[in-house]
Amino acid sequence: MISALLVMIGIAAFLGTVLGFSAIRFKVQGNPLVDKIDAVLPQTQCGQCGYPGCKPYAEAIAKGEAEINLCPPGGEDGIHKLADLLGKEFVPFGEGAAPKGKSVAFIDENTCIGCTLCIQACPVDAIVGAAKQMHTIIASECTGCELCLAPCPVDCISMLPIAEDITNWKWRYPVFPIRNAA
Amino acid sequence: MKAIFRFHGGIHPPTHKAASTRTPITPAALPSKLVIPLHQHVGIRAKAVVQVGERVLKGQVIGRPEGRLSSTVHASTSGTVSAIDMQLVAHHSGLPDLCVTLIPDGKDEWIEHGGVDYKQISHTEVRHLLRQAGVVGLGGAVFPSDVKAYSNKHKIKTMVLNGAECEPYITCDDMLMRERAHDILRGAEVLRELLYAEEVLVGIEDNKPEAIAAMRQAVIDDQHEHMRVISVPTVYPSGGAKQLIRILTGIEVAAGVRSPEMGVQCFNVATAYSAWRAIRHGEPLLSRIVTVTGNVDDARNFEVLLGTPVDELVTQAGRRPDTDRHIMGGPMMGVQLPAATVGVAKATNCIIASSPALFPPPQPALPCIRCTRCAEVCPAELQPQDLYWFAKSNNFGKAQEFHLFDCIECGACAYVCPSHIPLVSYYRYAKSEIWEREQESQAAELARERHEYRQYRIEREKQEKAEKLAQKEKAAAAAKAAAAAAAEKARLDTPSDPDADPDDTMQLRIEAALARAKEQAATTQPKNTDTLTPQQQAEINEIDARRARIHASAHHDAEPKNE
Repeated sequence: MISALLVMIGIAAFLGTVLGFSAIRFKVQGNPLVDKIDAVLPQTQCGQCGYPGCKPYAEAIAKGEAEINLCPPGGEDGIHKLADLLGKEFVPFGEGAAPKGKSVAFIDENTCIGCTLCIQACPVDAIVGAAKQMHTIIASECTGCELCLAPCPVDCISMLPIAEDITNWKWRYPVFPIRNAA
Repeated sequence: MKAIFRFHGGIHPPTHKAASTRTPITPAALPSKLVIPLHQHVGIRAKAVVQVGERVLKGQVIGRPEGRLSSTVHASTSGTVSAIDMQLVAHHSGLPDLCVTLIPDGKDEWIEHGGVDYKQISHTEVRHLLRQAGVVGLGGAVFPSDVKAYSNKHKIKTMVLNGAECEPYITCDDMLMRERAHDILRGAEVLRELLYAEEVLVGIEDNKPEAIAAMRQAVIDDQHEHMRVISVPTVYPSGGAKQLIRILTGIEVAAGVRSPEMGVQCFNVATAYSAWRAIRHGEPLLSRIVTVTGNVDDARNFEVLLGTPVDELVTQAGRRPDTDRHIMGGPMMGVQLPAATVGVAKATNCIIASSPALFPPPQPALPCIRCTRCAEVCPAELQPQDLYWFAKSNNFGKAQEFHLFDCIECGACAYVCPSHIPLVSYYRYAKSEIWEREQESQAAELARERHEYRQYRIEREKQEKAEKLAQKEKAAAAAKAAAAAAAEKARLDTPSDPDADPDDTMQLRIEAALARAKEQAATTQPKNTDTLTPQQQAEINEIDARRARIHASAHHDAEPKNE
């Protein structure tokens, strides 16, 4: 009787120690959910959600502070993905938050005065230039976030929509004209 | 007799090949202009290296390859470059791409060129020659051959030479094999040596007995001991690379694996031919054999200069008036041309003039009845009905799980579908959506990386600034301490004024400065006071008096404080 109790207590103590040790040893740093949400977001860092970047928005969603429909660059697809990830219902975009077509910033180099304000605003370092030197956009790195538009004192930056050409053309969803029955 | 294998499924559409094999290959007439696309190969578009108005010679480079996976583009004849602009090309999108328009001068004047003996030069040089000559896969995939004829990682045992030509209507490879078998096999021998392959298996469908006989004769004539010509059963799509490899070697190229990893590489017969012309004769890829068939009076194969407008080519075969559109390639996998002005490119193996009678508009699609006839014929052993379902419902993850990317878009499933569902359109749609997403997620990853680095950089700059400031402050404090120490030392050294402290000396200095200022004010005379009218003098006097009064009152106010 006593020995059985001792054995059980011994086992319990051993397992408890193992569990306690692993809880400390294998503790997950940070919130893994934030990273998962961040992976779904398009990383334009545009701040259209009202947070200063994709990661802060991901953190806000993880905490339950923000709605999942605040990211226009992610498109409806992004909302669907977030809804799936978080087990929530799909929420459509609010008024005036509908996604726009993809575009890339363009600096009119004749007007640019070289003030570097846009360089400081660019969240992905996609603008090259120096004080009183002409600036230009690295188009392949530009996320089209439009954050450089507001700071420009001479309004020399415009957003050019990315035109469809042979390299980025994609097949459409097959649709067929309905013919009149004779 | 070598044992041959068979692949799953396949169909037997009417071949329609007899019409265009009655006459030998004819050189096409020199067209009025050539529209040569700069992107005729898989990979990066070639960069134009000629100017508008420049006269070019036949064989002169007009587009230089950009990057590893690219190829060279040449002027197909001598003439003048009239434009380098966006022109319609043979592409499913119907969108324009950059083309060089050349007006031929009729002289057909060659640039200086000459062949080499490939045995005298290194393999790297041979590959370089192929790249310079713009040799790409002429079976339709237009993959640069210099990249393909390279086996550094995998031991290639078998090289498959693809002469199956399984698609209906197309006979260009058939005619090429009948007429130019020797050069094809010589080219194949070069490619075999580049790959260090042990054997070359030439697969030809058994509906081309003349081609098989010609190729076998050429093997005997030139004593190609590594080569074997094998007649394979006629079944569509036996000309698919994976399918032909399966038939000839029994090797099943697994999902997501390239055939070189399994020790097999595949080339088209026309590619081998143009490789031989490029190496032995120094002739870049300027022309190719094109079958012109369909709704024409005189279907045949032409040797066509690249860039020849389809319009002018089809006219030579006697296009019938009710032709409403043109298809590039076969009826199963071909591209409907956006306009008849499109220039013939390296991928153009066949032009089918189409009429409503020949190719009636597709019947309306009905719902899928899950008969699985598509699965029975699928040569890639997929489940087309499931893929259709997933693509239709935008369930791309599931479509990928069902190996959508193993689909070779041969169209066998759509051919047998009793509901006339254009299945391949759905697969293409799903593929391009998945590709786009993949690219988007890569772009997002890049943006994230750059954003995080930027934040790290800003943080680091802030820290560096703070450190610098701290150091400056420290230095200033040290300097002050040193100055204080020096002053202390000086005070100790000069015994004169024992009570003097730094504050006092400062007070003295200020007083001295004030005294200097006062003295200066007193000695300086106001200027422009020599020739004054009495009235002005009176005004000045009045102002001076007011000043004196204010000074006096100020002193009067200040005095009690001083007390």
